[in-house]
Amino acid sequence: MELTGAQALIKSLEAQGVEVVFGLPGGAILPVYDPIIDSSIRHVLVRHEQGAGHAAEGYAQVTGRAGVAMVTSGPGATNIVTALANAMMDSTPLVVVTGQVATTAIGTDAFQEVDTTGITMGVTKHNWLVTDPADIAQVVAEAFHVATTGRPGPVLIDFPKDVANARVAYEEPGPVELPGYRPPAAADPAAVEAAARLVLEAERPVVYAGGGLVKAGAAEALRAFVELTGIPVVSTLMARGVLDEADERFLGMPGMHGSYTAVTALQRADLLLAFGARFDDRVTGRLDAFAPAAKVVHVEVDRAEIDKVRRADVAVHADARAALEALTAALRRLGGSELPGASRRRLGPWMGQLNEWKERFPLTYEREGDGAAPAAGTVKPQQVVEELRRLTPDDTVLVSGVGQHQMWAAQFWQFRHPRQWVNSGGLGTMGFAVPAAVGAKVGRPDAMVWAVDGDGCFQMTAQELVTASAERIPVKVAILNNAYLGMVRQWQHMFYEERYSEVYLSPNLPDYVGWAEAMGCVGLRVSSPEEVAPAIEKANDIDDRPVVIDFRTDSMEQVFPMVPAGASNDDIVVHPSQSGLGR
Amino acid sequence: MSALAVGEDGARHHVVVVRVENKAGVLARIAGLFSRRGFNIFSLAVAPTHDPRFSRISVVVDLESTRLDQVLAQLEKLVNVVEIRELHPADATEAELCLVTVRAPGTRPSLDGALAAAGARVVEDAGETLTAVLAGAPLELDAFEAALARFDIVELQRTGRVALPKLAPALRGAD
Ligand SMILES: Cc1ncc(C[n+]2csc(CCOP(=O)(O)OP(=O)(O)O)c2C)c(N)n1
Ligand SMILES: [Mg+2]
Repeated sequence: MELTGAQALIKSLEAQGVEVVFGLPGGAILPVYDPIIDSSIRHVLVRHEQGAGHAAEGYAQVTGRAGVAMVTSGPGATNIVTALANAMMDSTPLVVVTGQVATTAIGTDAFQEVDTTGITMGVTKHNWLVTDPADIAQVVAEAFHVATTGRPGPVLIDFPKDVANARVAYEEPGPVELPGYRPPAAADPAAVEAAARLVLEAERPVVYAGGGLVKAGAAEALRAFVELTGIPVVSTLMARGVLDEADERFLGMPGMHGSYTAVTALQRADLLLAFGARFDDRVTGRLDAFAPAAKVVHVEVDRAEIDKVRRADVAVHADARAALEALTAALRRLGGSELPGASRRRLGPWMGQLNEWKERFPLTYEREGDGAAPAAGTVKPQQVVEELRRLTPDDTVLVSGVGQHQMWAAQFWQFRHPRQWVNSGGLGTMGFAVPAAVGAKVGRPDAMVWAVDGDGCFQMTAQELVTASAERIPVKVAILNNAYLGMVRQWQHMFYEERYSEVYLSPNLPDYVGWAEAMGCVGLRVSSPEEVAPAIEKANDIDDRPVVIDFRTDSMEQVFPMVPAGASNDDIVVHPSQSGLGR
Repeated sequence: MSALAVGEDGARHHVVVVRVENKAGVLARIAGLFSRRGFNIFSLAVAPTHDPRFSRISVVVDLESTRLDQVLAQLEKLVNVVEIRELHPADATEAELCLVTVRAPGTRPSLDGALAAAGARVVEDAGETLTAVLAGAPLELDAFEAALARFDIVELQRTGRVALPKLAPALRGAD
């Protein structure tokens, strides 16, 4: 079948099962936009290419499939670099197609030419410049394979205009054969058995569950492991929901703003079961003081993560799900029929200690009706998150930006399932929430999608609500409007003697309600605690357009607990109301 | 620089030999990886292998400042990297080439002596100025550089070392 290169590209995307592309056209990618008209693929026209990238990430995070974005050369390509970097850090599978000037013009500083493959080399798992139209189908097949297998990540296909315009005999791609790309095979049985022996000896074990478990579809394997061993679990920011957080063995989130119990459990553990986690500095705090007494079992699909930060006593280099299933099977074999009961008895004192910490140091804030009630009339941001959680279905997808609001969202939401929580972990990209929510809603049209966003973040990418209105993608956005770049303000409060430099934003400028309405959304404003629940209920009832609620929250509120940057996790600062409680 | 690469015990560097697909941008991927991860290298030499689908890149890694396990693991993640071999100096046959242009006004006989002693070959001779070439083990090249230091070196260019594993005893035969 003879096609244009552009048609071959679209046909190749269809062959990969792509159902939606987020993008925005321009000169170099123009030929590819013509066959989109006739394609079964839905195209969502974003208002900024960064939004296309984050929307594709949101889609990928909730569905587990590769998100696809398409943009033009030059500024279109550079605008999507942030999203590529974000996806690289969070191991999100993306396939980004960028237009490029004709191969004959490459290197001449042609209009809208940039070295896209060069610029994106460090922020993609791999990228391709297509120079021969005969390669199109094969390159697309390779791109999806690389993006979605092993440790997932973003890839980019740079697509010159003359390649798009050329005529080519389209052939189905053959099997992908990349001699230098080999995701790990099955787990080494000897390593699995060594890990099992450590599990059977441990007295204070903790599962340190990372985002790799979500990517590997290992939630069920983790549950089976926990059922058998009774070992408690902390879930990182990227792993939230991988264990049902209503489970009594869930200890919370570790890290800089993690719960006291989760942070301290890692510190006191004698065995860390790091499953699909990478010992991020936001989790370890000062590295030489992290979990000093613990042996480490590291299950990891990316060999470069093993021993990168913390040396593993036993490393299992494999897909996390396969490895966990093998580990559970080995434990059944080695631990005998006695295992669940015996290990529960052995872990008794440890569980007792953990439960005591849970009781003494729960996440807290000044609640209405508490001894330490907030000043009358102030809306606490944590109250908004708690009320949102209470009033939304269990399968709601929660998306967040980056800052204090992100940490409150993570702290005060209980996730029951994986892929319900969409956020920017490794890169910490302000402006992620709105476009990612749009993509998440496209991926999960049946689920309610709420974004908890900051006023600063919202101003970076709010225009994607125009996309949402135009494309009838009814997302809901709760702005925790504290009139500040709050997280930066918190650091200036704590570490710069309250010298506030360039962090004030104003609660009224812009007028978020007016702005929301101008973008085709319903805009609501909440200024007092008793308005919180009714506004959320009203938003929940609107399903034909996006909703934005401008919650005027307490500007002074800080995120606790906090492990100051560079400090040991032992020096965790708890909420002021708990600081006299001793440890 | 080269002197450091060898060191007294010859063990402060390792040669990492990377077989890569001969695709556009491969060298940039390797170089980019080294700079992004802060890996320090002494030299890097690259050329196609006898099989034109592949090139071989020899990277001399500074083990004082760089973790070899990370270098290997991160390199392995590059899609175009097909095979990696890490060679301890004791297990490697290493070679390097040096081109040098020297001015020797009035000292030509002693320069000729130094060249001959090192086994260098004169490839261009303009009387007072000449260009010589020497190929050999990196240590020999270091000694050669030192021997020429008392002359007027106009330019000197070394290639960076390339390496292959030493033959296993079985292959070495009677030895
Ligand atoms: C693109 C980008 N620029 C700057 C930062 C640094 N930064 C981290 S949090 C933050 C403040 C975010 O403000 P806001 O969205 O209002 O959230 P808040 O902390 O007030 O909840 C800033 C500036 C960042 N993470 N991303
Ligand atoms: Mg703010």
